[in-house]
Amino acid sequence: MQLNELTIKSSAAGLRKSEFTALELTRACLNQIKIYDKEIGAFLEVYENEALEQAAEADKRVSAKKSFGELDGIPCAIKDNMLMRGKTVSAASRILENYKAAYDATVVRKLRDAGVIILGRTNMDEFAMGSSTETSAYKKTRNPWNLEMVPGGSSGGSAAAVAARMCIFALGSDTGGSIRQPASLSGVTGLKPTYGRVSRYGLMAMASSLDQIGPITKTAEDAAIVLKYIEGNDRFDATSVKAEIRNPKSEIRNLKGLKIGVPKEYFVAGMDSKVEKCVRDAIERLEKLGAQAQEVSLPHTEYALAIYYIIMPAEVSANLARFDGIRYGASIPARTLKDVYDKTRGQNFGVEVRRRIMLGTYVLSAGYYDAYYKKAQQVRTLVKRDFDKALHHVDVIVTPTSPSVAWKLGEKFDDPLTMYLSDIYTVSANVAGVPAVSVPCGFAHDLPVGLQIIGKQFDDEKVLGLARVYQEKTGWHTKKPIF
Amino acid sequence: MKLSLEQTEHIAHLARLRLREEEKEKFRGQLSSILDYFEKLAKVDTKNVPIISQITGLKNVAREDEVLGCDAETRKLLLENMPMREGDLLKVRAVFE
Repeated sequence: MQLNELTIKSSAAGLRKSEFTALELTRACLNQIKIYDKEIGAFLEVYENEALEQAAEADKRVSAKKSFGELDGIPCAIKDNMLMRGKTVSAASRILENYKAAYDATVVRKLRDAGVIILGRTNMDEFAMGSSTETSAYKKTRNPWNLEMVPGGSSGGSAAAVAARMCIFALGSDTGGSIRQPASLSGVTGLKPTYGRVSRYGLMAMASSLDQIGPITKTAEDAAIVLKYIEGNDRFDATSVKAEIRNPKSEIRNLKGLKIGVPKEYFVAGMDSKVEKCVRDAIERLEKLGAQAQEVSLPHTEYALAIYYIIMPAEVSANLARFDGIRYGASIPARTLKDVYDKTRGQNFGVEVRRRIMLGTYVLSAGYYDAYYKKAQQVRTLVKRDFDKALHHVDVIVTPTSPSVAWKLGEKFDDPLTMYLSDIYTVSANVAGVPAVSVPCGFAHDLPVGLQIIGKQFDDEKVLGLARVYQEKTGWHTKKPIF
Repeated sequence: MKLSLEQTEHIAHLARLRLREEEKEKFRGQLSSILDYFEKLAKVDTKNVPIISQITGLKNVAREDEVLGCDAETRKLLLENMPMREGDLLKVRAVFE
């Protein structure tokens, strides 16, 4: 096995036992990027020299027996919407093409303090708006399992980089499924933590009440390791929660007596039958391992997508107002201030970004606020109550992550509504603020299928624990693409 | 919900987005279909249902308003991002005309 194919767990052990160096590990990843990224397009920028310097520093620490811990010397990739001081970070948009971050996002600072090697920034849908990474203003990312297919989105670059073994792990962000769906389509593991668990300081905000940063890894065990390092209360993020809320007692070692809820609303006519079979097989497997599956109901499921596409664009329209050509970013010279705004934004935001800003502006505008935004916030309460009720009777809820496997590049691009429907299984977790992980559970049409495990708020460890036991007993997550 | 061209132009104006002529009709159509999709929410009974905007129940999170200062390197990075500058001052078009 090549070094870049290792997990965090196994590379940390290897470094500790001096079986190889951080430099060798980093070189293996950089090499993989050199050979395959021209085709796959996961990275927007690779920091080769810095990565090698950081690796050399990590090796010094290992020799001096002063390692920072489990993540020291481990190469990772960061999605292009998390600020890294002194670096261009663009949210895959032209409006930030030459923007240089003046500070590190809290998660980046935490990872740096842990000794992580940052290999580069990964491609994404522009401002995280999309489910295929096709709206990036810079390039397309291809699915390592089939280069004609999308990797999913919006964290498609991060998911593809992990799937293609270009890094040991990556960070993504998830507002309506943007970590879990690309993880599912690219055959890797992706976690969206409970809202507020990981600081959003330094994450370019998309929808402030829904966004969360999370790990994309080869295993659930690795995801748990990354979560330990990136989570925590942050005085610079007023929505981050205090440590006392953490639930370590919710960790599980085996599945005996664990109750799994299977929501009837998630298995409907029209879903891909082969995808459904993979997921049903996975549930059966969990039962064989001791869990008890039972049907549950999440009655407001059919409304979750609609309220997501009201709340999210509304928050987007407020969050993207700062990109106005004044303090930073692209700026079109014009005679009046309003022209500077109109032209800068009109010419430097892509179509999907402008569409969502307009949708959000409309639902918040005078005369429509009650009918759309207020209504959506009320239905949001009902969606949260659905989860609270269901999770009162079961420990976790298990669903498909995506209604389909990866599709062809360009296939869904021109119809926004069709694209939005691919989020149908993931948005509810953001709406309800609950943790959810996607793990590989099989293949359909020769492409990866993901199983989603959803838990109560702050039951991240339970969700990851179940995923870990599932992975220990099956081998889907060990499969890698051949290219 | 069908949007008119005027409504589409008004939204673009509120959002400070200059749309090209040929784009206006496309956006009008797409936004209209998306708004149609929202019609299903009218069926949900939300009588006496409170709104929820803070999903983890946090209230009044604050911190001291203290000046932390800024190091030279950070200052340099911030200033270098400014599209129009005069010395260390940010230059903008007239706010009032």
